[in-house]
Amino acid sequence: MNEAPALIETRALVKAYDLLVVLRKLDLHIQRGEFVALLGPNGSGKSTLLKLLSGLTHPTSGTILIGGWELPGEAAAVRSQIGMVSHKTLLYENLTARENLQFFARLYNLANSNERIDALLKQVGLSKRGDSLVRTFSRGMQQRLSIARALLHAPDVLFFDEPYTGLDPDAATTLDDLLIQAQRDGHTIIMTTHELERAARLASRVLILSRGTVGYDAPASNLTASQLAAAYADLTHVAVGS
Amino acid sequence: MKTPFWQAVFAIARKDLRAELRSRELVNTMGLFALLSVLIFSFALELDRAARQESISGVLWVTVVFASFLGLNRSLAMERDQGNIDALLLAPIHRNAIFAGKLLGNFLFTLVVGLVLLPVMSLLYNMPLIQPWILVILLLGIAGFATVGTLLATMTVQTRARESLLPIVMLPVALPVLLAVVRSSTAVLNNAPIDDWIAWPQILIVVDVVYLTVCFLLFEYVIES
Repeated sequence: MNEAPALIETRALVKAYDLLVVLRKLDLHIQRGEFVALLGPNGSGKSTLLKLLSGLTHPTSGTILIGGWELPGEAAAVRSQIGMVSHKTLLYENLTARENLQFFARLYNLANSNERIDALLKQVGLSKRGDSLVRTFSRGMQQRLSIARALLHAPDVLFFDEPYTGLDPDAATTLDDLLIQAQRDGHTIIMTTHELERAARLASRVLILSRGTVGYDAPASNLTASQLAAAYADLTHVAVGS
Repeated sequence: MKTPFWQAVFAIARKDLRAELRSRELVNTMGLFALLSVLIFSFALELDRAARQESISGVLWVTVVFASFLGLNRSLAMERDQGNIDALLLAPIHRNAIFAGKLLGNFLFTLVVGLVLLPVMSLLYNMPLIQPWILVILLLGIAGFATVGTLLATMTVQTRARESLLPIVMLPVALPVLLAVVRSSTAVLNNAPIDDWIAWPQILIVVDVVYLTVCFLLFEYVIES
């Protein structure tokens, strides 16, 4: 089989906090353009894995490669390739939406960023609120602005760490649309979530982390929410309503 | 691949200044604390004029130091509350650019408070505090406090007891700066011959350079651990 090299790869990845081993010799290969939903109960290591892949924490042992760059040694090169959206907004509430994006554009050394900022504000539906303070935004609006911030430097890889936390149904649907658009635009996406139905519907591949390793790995095409719930319950011994 | 160092430094400092100009959280809190503090000291020392004159530089520096604790805690908490520190760490910038940017902001906020205090205390204590040497000592002293304070606040802001922990860890570390600024400003206010006290500002410069170097070396480790 002539498989393209993985955009994201981990080899025998281990992360331990003192005696607590969170990830155990995790091997992972994610191809360019994939949308991977990362599932698992609380404490299974989902967020830790995203922190490792984004260089926010260092592995205890093992190898992480993003676009051929190795972490943590080549973190500076990796950082310009990734964008992160988490349940926290990673935004400054006393700045306007536009000022937040301008600040991050300077940190990413983006030239002529104003056009890009205007386009992103339009893409996330915040054109008319660009000059409003972020603290006046609803949770859903803040999350949309977070996505604009993550997309600002046109990264290859987007990490979403439980992005639906605290969103009402309308805001969650808007986020769905933005995720679909991001995948269409060619971004490789890894999203941690507890929402199995969304994972089955949006992602192209589903992984379930259990006891520090990948216990389930399947394409999401033709995977129904109930099938995924059954696999999840079987693996984690947690009954989940779809 | 990395964003130029000074571009990142000024972006972070400018962001802090812009957010502060809008909310005025830091300077208002620090300024109000400082004004109340010097007023209370003024009443407390009112009966003994000689003691008041002797202790004015101590009052100035104790007030500046404790006001700076408030500012340092708030400035670093702003980066932690919405996970912003992760956004800074994800950016392709040198870790020390984060330190330098935060340091620059903290220095300016504390300097504003110090500069407001000088005329107020001159009035309350009937002493000529607005003098070139006092301004130089103020600049050097605040630079030292802001340097160690930015590093230590980065550590303590991760803890639950951050407000009480910062003074406990910072005061012993900042003692050489405190000693140098109080001794030199007391000498200046008492019109002592310059040869008697010029060593103190020189020591202050050396201490500032040492603190700056050590903090730059340690910050990457502190922020990533």
